[in-house]
Amino acid sequence: MLARALDSDLWFSFTRSPVTVASAIVALVCILGAVLAPWIAPHNPFDLASLNLIDAFKPPAWTGDGDATYPLGTDDQGRDVLSAIMYGARVSLLVGICAVLFATILGIAIGLVAGYVGGTVDSVLMRIADIQLTFPSILIALLIDGIVRAALPREVHDRVALFVVIFAIGISAWPAFARTVRGSTLVERNKEYVLAARVIGVSPLRIMASHVLPNVLGPVLVIATLGLGGAILAEATLSFLGVGVPPTQPSLGTLIRIGNDFLFSGEWWITIFPGVALIAMVLSVNLLGDWLRDALNPKLR
Amino acid sequence: MIAFIISRILQALPVMLVVALISFAMFAYVGDPVSIMLGQDYTEAQRAALVAELGLDQPFFVQFARFVGNALQGEFGLSYRLSRPVAQLIAERAPATLELAFCAAALALLVGVPMGVYTGLYRNAWLSRFFLTFSLIGVSLPTFLIGILLILVFSVWLGWLPSFGRGETVQLGWWSTGFLTWSGIKALILPSITLGLFQLTLIMRLVRAEMLEVLRTDYIKFARARGLANRAVHFGHALKNTLVPVITIAGLQLGGIIAFAIVTETVFQWPGMGLLFIQSVGAADIPVMAAYLLLIALVFVTINLIVDLLYYAVDPRIRSGFGAARGGH
Repeated sequence: MLARALDSDLWFSFTRSPVTVASAIVALVCILGAVLAPWIAPHNPFDLASLNLIDAFKPPAWTGDGDATYPLGTDDQGRDVLSAIMYGARVSLLVGICAVLFATILGIAIGLVAGYVGGTVDSVLMRIADIQLTFPSILIALLIDGIVRAALPREVHDRVALFVVIFAIGISAWPAFARTVRGSTLVERNKEYVLAARVIGVSPLRIMASHVLPNVLGPVLVIATLGLGGAILAEATLSFLGVGVPPTQPSLGTLIRIGNDFLFSGEWWITIFPGVALIAMVLSVNLLGDWLRDALNPKLR
Repeated sequence: MIAFIISRILQALPVMLVVALISFAMFAYVGDPVSIMLGQDYTEAQRAALVAELGLDQPFFVQFARFVGNALQGEFGLSYRLSRPVAQLIAERAPATLELAFCAAALALLVGVPMGVYTGLYRNAWLSRFFLTFSLIGVSLPTFLIGILLILVFSVWLGWLPSFGRGETVQLGWWSTGFLTWSGIKALILPSITLGLFQLTLIMRLVRAEMLEVLRTDYIKFARARGLANRAVHFGHALKNTLVPVITIAGLQLGGIIAFAIVTETVFQWPGMGLLFIQSVGAADIPVMAAYLLLIALVFVTINLIVDLLYYAVDPRIRSGFGAARGGH
């Protein structure tokens, strides 16, 4: 019942905000383009047989020298920039979503335990979160990536690089979730339904998972949405620095880094279009997150 | 005051110890320094001799204590990649990063605060709207894209400013500065804007929000009722009271500037510590990474300490009971 009422409220506030509707459409286009890339992309940028060096450095289609089959031009190997962006967005989105999921699960678990158990456990866990929050998350992600790189031999590292990036970004983002969940758990812990569950002998683990958890999820959803934009940016930054996903699976950040080398010879489209795609994706997700935060905040209603 | 400083320092110590422990663990357990130093051919005896020489056969805490002792003297061993003392490498590159960070922070404060005050005072002026739209761009563009766009416009298309390096530098003792030559100053412009833009927009939005809040308070109305000039009300009363959160955020953002210097330095091939760090991550050069980590932690802890002390100086309410120093904001 309550969930339904909330849904319709959300829908109402959604339809009343043109910026939100617009960003939802942009986000949807980005996600669909990324997910459906193998079926709707005009070319397959990974099929080496279809690449032709004669097609290299073609400018975008509307600039006169362009070729209609390559709407956004081609890169140094004759790869279609539009298709590369669609495949790249797939990697960016995959890493972003997995990293946020990882951070969410870790943060919820730590926050629940800290808030519910309290005492020393709470202060130790929150102190760790405090310490981590003093450092920018991109630095922590870089460091984790560097340590794993040093610990694993090169061939192994290339195979698991995607997971390393997800792990690094996830680890760097958990404190925000843990803090919020802990705060809400502290409030919920002393409510009567929790006391009742305790009285009839439900185990603490079960109380946390099936009684407290559903009641603290609202704010988590907001942080996760806002965190998705951050995670996509973090991945792009890592890949731009050359320590993110392996070059065999280029993400948007990798494409921007590769294109950056051709900026001076005038082939601006190789780097600018992936950049525009990245901004569109991150901005639309962030605006959606902002709206969700305001819509779920009872104080602003 | 002294008790306040001491309690803050005591709180900072465990953080440094934890970071030192992580650094040390990287040193000790990631990769195998012995085989890296020995190269391909070695006998078991040579290996044992090197292990004993490096003290790797000692118990964990003895090794850790030695690591901390060495670190306190600025001794971090040799870089695996460049085979030179890490401390020397970092000292060579620190001036580049510090000058860049200084320019970016100065830009963010000197432009961000006035813009924030203006947009707070004249909410509906078209210039305010323009500033706000501009700040939205600053917040959502990733640092490296800002850098690339600036290079595209000002270096490639217009050809006004250099796109990489520091230009000519002048050596002042061990410090190399780019402030004293024309090409050095020109080389600083684009990287400083790239690095400072995010902080600039953040400070502007913060000052604006705080100004709007403060201008509604009773003491501002009272100051106006007393017939004080607008100027005195705005700057003497309103701006002064927005300073506490601005100092916090600006201080914490200074740490962010140093972290994002890694990105900016990569875009502009700026020969600073960030570029050194990213090259070390790529090459799994643990000694450099460990030293950089400790250095950055020290910078962050120091900044936090200074921010706390500034609080104390700016906000008289904290002086009466410093236990709740962080409670307000």
